[in-house]
Amino acid sequence: MKKTWFEALARRMAALFLMGCSLLLAGVGPALAAAPFEDSMAQRTLACTACHGPQGRAAPDGYYPRLAGKPAGYLYNQLLNFREGRRHYGLMTQLIAPLSDAYLLEMAQYFSNLEVPYPAPLPSPAPAGVLRLGRQLVMQGDASRKLPACVQCHGQAMTGVAPNIPGLLGLPRDYLNAQLGAWKAGQRRAHAPDCMKEVVERMSLEDINAVASWVAAQPLPADTHPVASLPALAPGSIDIACASAGLAAPDTAPTKAQK
Amino acid sequence: MKPWTKWALGICVLAAGAAAFVWSLNRRDEVDVRISVALAPSNSLIARGAYLALAGNCMGCHTARGGKQYAGGLGIATPFGTVFSSNLTPDANTGIGSWSPAHFWRALHNGRSKSGRLLYPAFPYTSYTHVTREDSDAMFAYLRSLPAVNQANRPNTLRFPFNSQAALAVWRALYFTPGVYQPETVRTAEWNRGAYLVTGLGHCSACHAPRDALGGTRHSLALAGGLIPMQNWYAPSLASPHEAGVGNWGKEQIVSLLKTGVAPGASVSGPMAEVVLRSTQYLTQQDLGAMAQYLKELPDASPPPEAPAPARTAKDSANTEKAAKLYEQHCAQCHGDKGQGVANAYPPLAGNRAVTMAATENLVQMVLGGGFAPATAGNPRPFGMPPFVLVLSDSEVAAVITHIRTSWGNQAGDITAMEVNRIRANQAD
Repeated sequence: MKKTWFEALARRMAALFLMGCSLLLAGVGPALAAAPFEDSMAQRTLACTACHGPQGRAAPDGYYPRLAGKPAGYLYNQLLNFREGRRHYGLMTQLIAPLSDAYLLEMAQYFSNLEVPYPAPLPSPAPAGVLRLGRQLVMQGDASRKLPACVQCHGQAMTGVAPNIPGLLGLPRDYLNAQLGAWKAGQRRAHAPDCMKEVVERMSLEDINAVASWVAAQPLPADTHPVASLPALAPGSIDIACASAGLAAPDTAPTKAQK
Repeated sequence: MKPWTKWALGICVLAAGAAAFVWSLNRRDEVDVRISVALAPSNSLIARGAYLALAGNCMGCHTARGGKQYAGGLGIATPFGTVFSSNLTPDANTGIGSWSPAHFWRALHNGRSKSGRLLYPAFPYTSYTHVTREDSDAMFAYLRSLPAVNQANRPNTLRFPFNSQAALAVWRALYFTPGVYQPETVRTAEWNRGAYLVTGLGHCSACHAPRDALGGTRHSLALAGGLIPMQNWYAPSLASPHEAGVGNWGKEQIVSLLKTGVAPGASVSGPMAEVVLRSTQYLTQQDLGAMAQYLKELPDASPPPEAPAPARTAKDSANTEKAAKLYEQHCAQCHGDKGQGVANAYPPLAGNRAVTMAATENLVQMVLGGGFAPATAGNPRPFGMPPFVLVLSDSEVAAVITHIRTSWGNQAGDITAMEVNRIRANQAD
């Protein structure tokens, strides 16, 4: 009797142990097993995915944003912005310094075309009042301060507009806060006239935090792709000049001749 | 006369003599800018000037990040302060619109600005002085054909006494001899063309020659390797078979490295990637062949080989195991479990001189910052290495570098976490 009980326990323990091992192997396996070399863009962009996560799905720390599925023109413009000093991160600038416009564009298109599922957003710990302000600024803006709604340019579903305007969903609050803060401090810029600079100048730090908190907590819609064209300007909304949004579609012409 | 006045007088005479000597050394081979020569800027002259400007990589320094081409403003950090490159566009007020061909020639040949002011050798006139007047005029014609950009030059921010013309005059007396390249008649025309490009417009010695405490290069023609000031990249010796000497390479291999950025078992990275990207990839097969011929025949100037690594102790073996594990986890996927690399994608580490040479700065830079070979017409889609600056600690980087320097037949010395930290602390942010 006692022996059978002991045997059963031992068997169960062994089974659990094996299950644990196989789970561990399944989890660690892909990282350890050396993927065979292949002549592909995935192989060529290993230098990118080391920080931006496998397939550019974002790093867990929140500071290396997702690349997968973002509009190609947006990604390409960011690469040029880093190279030409409109955005600042030494590691990025140094890494892409020896690359040509054509190759940067190919990388942008590669990440843009990747279909990678989005993680569910984390619920926001921000107070209800903050989230309410965030939602209002994102959806309606604030006409009294000439602050346009985010959705006016980033799409009604906030999934961006092809080819140059990024989506806002699937980004952690810390990242959104850091980017809006960088714009306010002049550390992040885009081609002039820089619409985001003007928008952020009209936002207080409380506004920025409210917008970032609310946006980061929103679930992705069923269709996560950027929409094909800008939504029609609603009557009474604030029009704003934006060079980045109007840049030629990058698959037709890189914006600058190769240096 | 009292004894102290005698002394004072003597010192004054000596100082005046020394100043006159320095002054006379600064006037050697001086150009008379009053003699004006009219240039007929034909299309072919402009095209030739454009090509020569690429050979000299003028734009590399004379264009700021994101700035207008040739409008200057790039800061070049030196141990003595920052020198800002100048506006070379034909704007009359801020560029070289009011310069004559003779002013431009004097800048290249004697290192003087239009006003006669001495220029800082961050502008490598110590090399450009070898350029012929004919080539200088072609480059001038090209620069004058560019769109004018009104952008005032930024004043340099050099510390005293380096910011004074007197200090610069003394420096020039010590390190600068003006003179156009004189062909060696016993050598072939090809070798002479290579020498002209390597020692002149190519200004290879700006990085590949050792600098002393005053930033001077005394034996610049030897190209015996040097640490690039402020950047912490080591430009390896082009004269040593233990570093980047190419005496044993085939000419086509050397040409391939300069034309495309890659050659079998080798690729360029760091500052040299930018040289290939902006300059050498545009040179003709013939000119690159000439440079290759000259570099192949550089006299061997090998540094004494390093003492063999001491025998490993029991304490080392735990570290060795840890390092091997780090290598397997982070490096083997691309560089192979035996450091064999992948042909046309990832360089081998086994038997690679870039891994085993005595200077380890470049290894640390590569592991911390990662990098791509340049995207050139001949190698448009290079593979890259990820940065590990956020992943590995100083001691882990040191362990893994020591591992690759001592495995698969490599027999180079260890490196310490302190050496890694020195470079990490100086990285650009």
